[in-house]
Amino acid sequence: MSKAAATPLAADAPWRLPAPAGLCVRRDRPLRFRYEGRAYSGLEGDSIASALLANGVWMLSRSFKYHRPRGPLSMAGLEADTLVRVNGEANVQADMEALRDGMEIRAQNCGPFGLRWDPSALLGIFSRFLPVGFYYKAMYRPRLAWQYFWEPIVRAMTGLGRVRRDAPPAYYDKMYRFCDVAVIGAGAAGMAAALEAARGGCEVLLVEQEERPGGMLNYARDVPDGESGRRDELLREVAETPNIEFLSGTLCNAWFADNWLPLVQGRRLYKLRARELILATGVMEQPAVFRNNDLPGVILGSAAQRLLRLYGVRPGRRAVVLTAAADGYEVALDLLEAGVEVSAVVDMRPAPEGDCFQEVVRRGLGVFSGSCVLEAEAGRGGHLAAVRLAHIISGGSCEDSKVRLECDLLCMSVGRMPTYQLPLQAGARLSHAGDLEGFRISGLPERVRLAGAVRGFRSLEEVLADGRAVGAAAVAALAGNGGDGEAAQDFPSPEESGAASPVWPIFQHARGKEFVDRDEDLQIADILNACADGYAELELVKRYSTVGMGPSQGRHSALATARLVARATGSEPARVGVTTARPPVAAEKLGVLAGRCFEPERRTAMHHRHLEAGARMLAAGLWWRPAYYSPGEAAREQCIQEEVLAVRNGVGMIDVSTLGGLEVRGPDAAEFLNRIYTFAYKKQPVGRVRYVLMTNEAGVVTDDGVACRLAEDHFYVTATTGGVENVYRNMLWWNAQWRLRVDICNVTAAYAGVSLSGPRAREVLRSVCAADLRLEASDFPYLGVRCGRVAGLPARLLRIGFVGELGYEIHVPSTHGEALWDALLRGGVEFGVRPVGIEAQRVLRLEKGHVIIGQDTDAMSTPQELQMDWAVAGKKPFFVGGRSLELRARHQLSDRRLVAFEAGDDPDLGTLLRESSLLLRNGAIVGHVTSVAWSPALRKTIGLAYAPSDSKVGEVLHIKGQAPHGKSKDEKLILQARVVAAPFYDAGNQRQEV
Amino acid sequence: MPWALLKYGFSRRYPARVDIPPPQALRPSYDVVIIGGGGHGLAAAYYLAREHGIRKVAVLERGYVGGGNTGRNTTVIRSNYISPEAVRFYKKGVEMYQGLAGELGYNLLYSRRGQLTLAHTEASLRTFRLRAEVNRHLGVRSRMVDLEEIRDLVPCLNLSRRVRWPVLGGLWHADGGLARHDAVPWGYARRAVELGVEVHQRTEVTGILRSGNRVTGVSTSRGELSCGHVLQAVSGMSSVVAAMAGLRLPIRSFPLQAMVTQPVKPFLNPLVSSASLHAYVSQTARGELVIGGGSDPYSLYSTRSTLELKESLIAGVLGLFPFLHELRLVRQWAGITDMTPDYSPIMGHTPLEGYWLDAGWGTWGFKAIPVAGQSIAQAIATGRVPELIRPFALDRFYSFNLSNEAGATAASH
Repeated sequence: MSKAAATPLAADAPWRLPAPAGLCVRRDRPLRFRYEGRAYSGLEGDSIASALLANGVWMLSRSFKYHRPRGPLSMAGLEADTLVRVNGEANVQADMEALRDGMEIRAQNCGPFGLRWDPSALLGIFSRFLPVGFYYKAMYRPRLAWQYFWEPIVRAMTGLGRVRRDAPPAYYDKMYRFCDVAVIGAGAAGMAAALEAARGGCEVLLVEQEERPGGMLNYARDVPDGESGRRDELLREVAETPNIEFLSGTLCNAWFADNWLPLVQGRRLYKLRARELILATGVMEQPAVFRNNDLPGVILGSAAQRLLRLYGVRPGRRAVVLTAAADGYEVALDLLEAGVEVSAVVDMRPAPEGDCFQEVVRRGLGVFSGSCVLEAEAGRGGHLAAVRLAHIISGGSCEDSKVRLECDLLCMSVGRMPTYQLPLQAGARLSHAGDLEGFRISGLPERVRLAGAVRGFRSLEEVLADGRAVGAAAVAALAGNGGDGEAAQDFPSPEESGAASPVWPIFQHARGKEFVDRDEDLQIADILNACADGYAELELVKRYSTVGMGPSQGRHSALATARLVARATGSEPARVGVTTARPPVAAEKLGVLAGRCFEPERRTAMHHRHLEAGARMLAAGLWWRPAYYSPGEAAREQCIQEEVLAVRNGVGMIDVSTLGGLEVRGPDAAEFLNRIYTFAYKKQPVGRVRYVLMTNEAGVVTDDGVACRLAEDHFYVTATTGGVENVYRNMLWWNAQWRLRVDICNVTAAYAGVSLSGPRAREVLRSVCAADLRLEASDFPYLGVRCGRVAGLPARLLRIGFVGELGYEIHVPSTHGEALWDALLRGGVEFGVRPVGIEAQRVLRLEKGHVIIGQDTDAMSTPQELQMDWAVAGKKPFFVGGRSLELRARHQLSDRRLVAFEAGDDPDLGTLLRESSLLLRNGAIVGHVTSVAWSPALRKTIGLAYAPSDSKVGEVLHIKGQAPHGKSKDEKLILQARVVAAPFYDAGNQRQEV
Repeated sequence: MPWALLKYGFSRRYPARVDIPPPQALRPSYDVVIIGGGGHGLAAAYYLAREHGIRKVAVLERGYVGGGNTGRNTTVIRSNYISPEAVRFYKKGVEMYQGLAGELGYNLLYSRRGQLTLAHTEASLRTFRLRAEVNRHLGVRSRMVDLEEIRDLVPCLNLSRRVRWPVLGGLWHADGGLARHDAVPWGYARRAVELGVEVHQRTEVTGILRSGNRVTGVSTSRGELSCGHVLQAVSGMSSVVAAMAGLRLPIRSFPLQAMVTQPVKPFLNPLVSSASLHAYVSQTARGELVIGGGSDPYSLYSTRSTLELKESLIAGVLGLFPFLHELRLVRQWAGITDMTPDYSPIMGHTPLEGYWLDAGWGTWGFKAIPVAGQSIAQAIATGRVPELIRPFALDRFYSFNLSNEAGATAASH
């Protein structure tokens, strides 16, 4: 930095104007940067583009299709031509991005030899052979020609920047904001509106895309006693008003329903809810369309003014100004005063008038009235060298006047368009205005207002007055005594706004290259030919020609496109309009949208104990659960087998905290369960547990669990880990209609649970329970529920047996989960208790023939298909899904059953016979395997599968072998399995009911 | 330089070919009126004319051709479904796409890039395995791939284990591909019009004319016309239009959003989707990334887009490709999807005689344009519903004979 400061500047930046020009730049803060490998210097406050222009460097990129040299057009981020690569990051908008010290900048979309010499530019010569939509018309024969020959060529040609795979991570964040009145755009109208709203007592958020408030006041021509004085006054007032907060460098990038606004400030996204919204977004100057209107050196009049006033950059030596209103004369005078020679002003109007016109004439500049620029000519390095003029005969047609003016700068002030994106996203329409703007905006929703230039006001006084009026209207609306936005807003008529007759700044040339859309390299003929090909609706023109589909989304092409389509179809530009305005307004980084990554996860109270015990964790919904425990890095299968055997022969404990828990209380609790679940609950005794099975209206099984009756009016209901949220929502949804007297509460996270299973479970439990809790089968039988103290902790004990052994589920408040786990482990030491994961549980339950909802069921499974008719109470008057089940049963509408099968005693079968293996009958798919495992207890491969409903016990199933890919010889292998009666293990349920 | 373009370069005047005809008068009567000028309607019109010689056909479009879901979808063409009937049907669809550009004389930019669907949960792996098994049995190229292969297929994918939802495996579908969505209805319209079909844009159907239990015509914003058959092909509006015919469809309509980034040089060849992250990504021939996800969670007929979906979708995309955080998004939009209870379409007869249905296309209609058009045209022309689409009849909802595709549809479309 210090070294750079010592370097004299003027020599480095030959196009920089002397102070005080350059509102934004700090002349005492020089910055060094490199562009295309060469070193340059700029100033703090420069944009990348202004710094390059100050060094006389205009060419920033090659265009998308024809690889034409391109420079900036608007200096306001409206075009794709200024996209450059900065420090490796692609597609950075050079005219908006602030210059920083040491930036390494590269041009994009140029070939291997750099920006200057791009062989792809030859495509421009062949543009006649690339008509609009050419890729639809050719390159598809023979059949694979497109995919294997043409597409790779096209793909390599297209795309602008290159994303870098090694992009360093970056920090993005988000913040919610609220305000009474949001004002978008801190120009004259926006500041006036903000001040008025603040005066009315509102909390105001004033949002400005650029770093500096002021809008056009910062760069428009300063008239005597004029704009910079007013600007400073407004800025001071805004700064001194405590209830205006000013957000600079912040882009309101979309309008979503109810004034929900994403504000992008660097890497931060503010999500703002505004009660009232005022859009003071101004206008976008529009380019003229003529041959070579894309040469570097052809810029908007406002761009020249921005360069002069904001950055103190002289944009050329010798200029021509093309205009159709007073604006161009102001630009001409500004250029003159900055020391630029102005060859002539070319005015499209037959009879120019106005103060600035008089002033220009007085200073001896040539004015060509009723004329236009027919063609721009390129000189050395592709920069503008001259323009050829023509006489306008009528709108759009002209004859060559043989006048040729040498110049290195052409400024266009031929039209504007209201910044329509946000209003149109909010639902507004465009209507016709026969003036420079071409369009007016109307039909805004409530609580959205326009202010200032975006509504067509031009003079500072009008704009300020409008801003104040709109600010006051927002205050009135918030106070509840204002009309809706639109009724209160009168639009200026074209005469009032001082504009002239209809303007048609589009001049077709026999040799083309008059660019309507610079992003996409579309010429006038492309738009007209699209219409001629039958794509005569604006949306079809867009889709066929890709006009407006580039990075700038039509900001500089929409008006010309509307005019051309209107002419081609005999319509009006305003009736043609613009294509649907969609978010975002300007391209937004994906990082800004994603923000910081907040991915919730749920851990049970015993989570750390599992990790200490060497658990391998498994995601189950948002929860983490132990899949199996492998403290000594033992193999997965071995661990699972050992855990299974531990439960069968000793005792194991499984963390079941993730199971859903729901409290259903109230006088109608039993009736409620009767309607929600398939089974019967009205006569369920207190202290007993019953299975619950939930079906949807189609009779499809959606969840299961148990219902514990703790009191006449109190059930504790469990649900599956993944299903409880749906079950809870479902319960609330139904009871909103039934209005039964129940309270329903989801207590999943409030309880931790341990399932203690195995022949020695009772002994473990007794060792940690108070003596008053009687555990003998006579006092606490199978399917009983008791409340009491376990290891001194208040607990609910459920005697249920998912795994088919003597078992207890112990539920305690979550805060005690770890204490319970520790107590059971300690108390169980002498009985050989060990933690068991859910993989072992899956094997254990399979041996008992129990289904897992979601694994053995799909979106079609009925209780009948699952052979669980026993869980459906036939005599109930109603339950959800009951009618469907009855219909299905009566008409025998189901043709499959979930059956149990055995497939031999070869433990290696598992590599071929897997979940999802297909059941075949005569080569046709008739079902598939849902669960399969090697059963250590039975020493067989067992499983569940959907099979045809006529499958009988003893029947042989033909299962297609499932080889790991690459081993196709096993593809044809058909395995045989035999249908057996479930359960596989302990058919008499002796073990769980002891 | 392709030869077909030479005439454009050497002609003095642009040799325009009118693909979509300008406004013309309606005739008082047609053999078949097709409501909806999207891909499905235009394809049906083309096959009626081409394969069955039925050319007195009018396609009535409320807006412009292909302006509905045909022009809004994310152009995924695949057949890796889960139920055998769906796999057979979409397999035929994929096969038809392969020769379609030549048949229509219109480049659809169809490109078979392969589709990689990622599993982040055990449940997904299980479903994928079933899809792979069913697909392979029926001759569709699908198989399970492990992390090594995934790395080979898409080297830039984030396969780190230290993320919330690590990739556990994937389903590779070599037949998966892309086409240029707009080109499909345009190509069909062009050929159909050549064969004598009339395409009327800006013509809204306002009522269905009936005599007893038989359809006799339609009333439109431009007057009434009579016809022997009506085909309804109006995705996004199916239940509304069917209600005009007195039919109640088991359809609920949800917005489905999608978005697109600035064009960048090619870096992603296959289509990548992830059901757990509710996101899928592909890179077009132009270089843009097209990004889509799941439907909005509530019914709506508005095609507005939302910030919330964009945020969650992009978070999902960055989970897969973290280096894309510098890439810029330029547009988001929405279409309306007609969802059926079993995530499968409805094609064929209705209780109203002569009124045919091509509906319930949810998020998966684009890939079926050729096969659905051909099948329904055959049904209308012959009066016999082809075997291929018989499982998708409307009456399956009355007989619980659903065709379950929920598992294969979520966020892959």
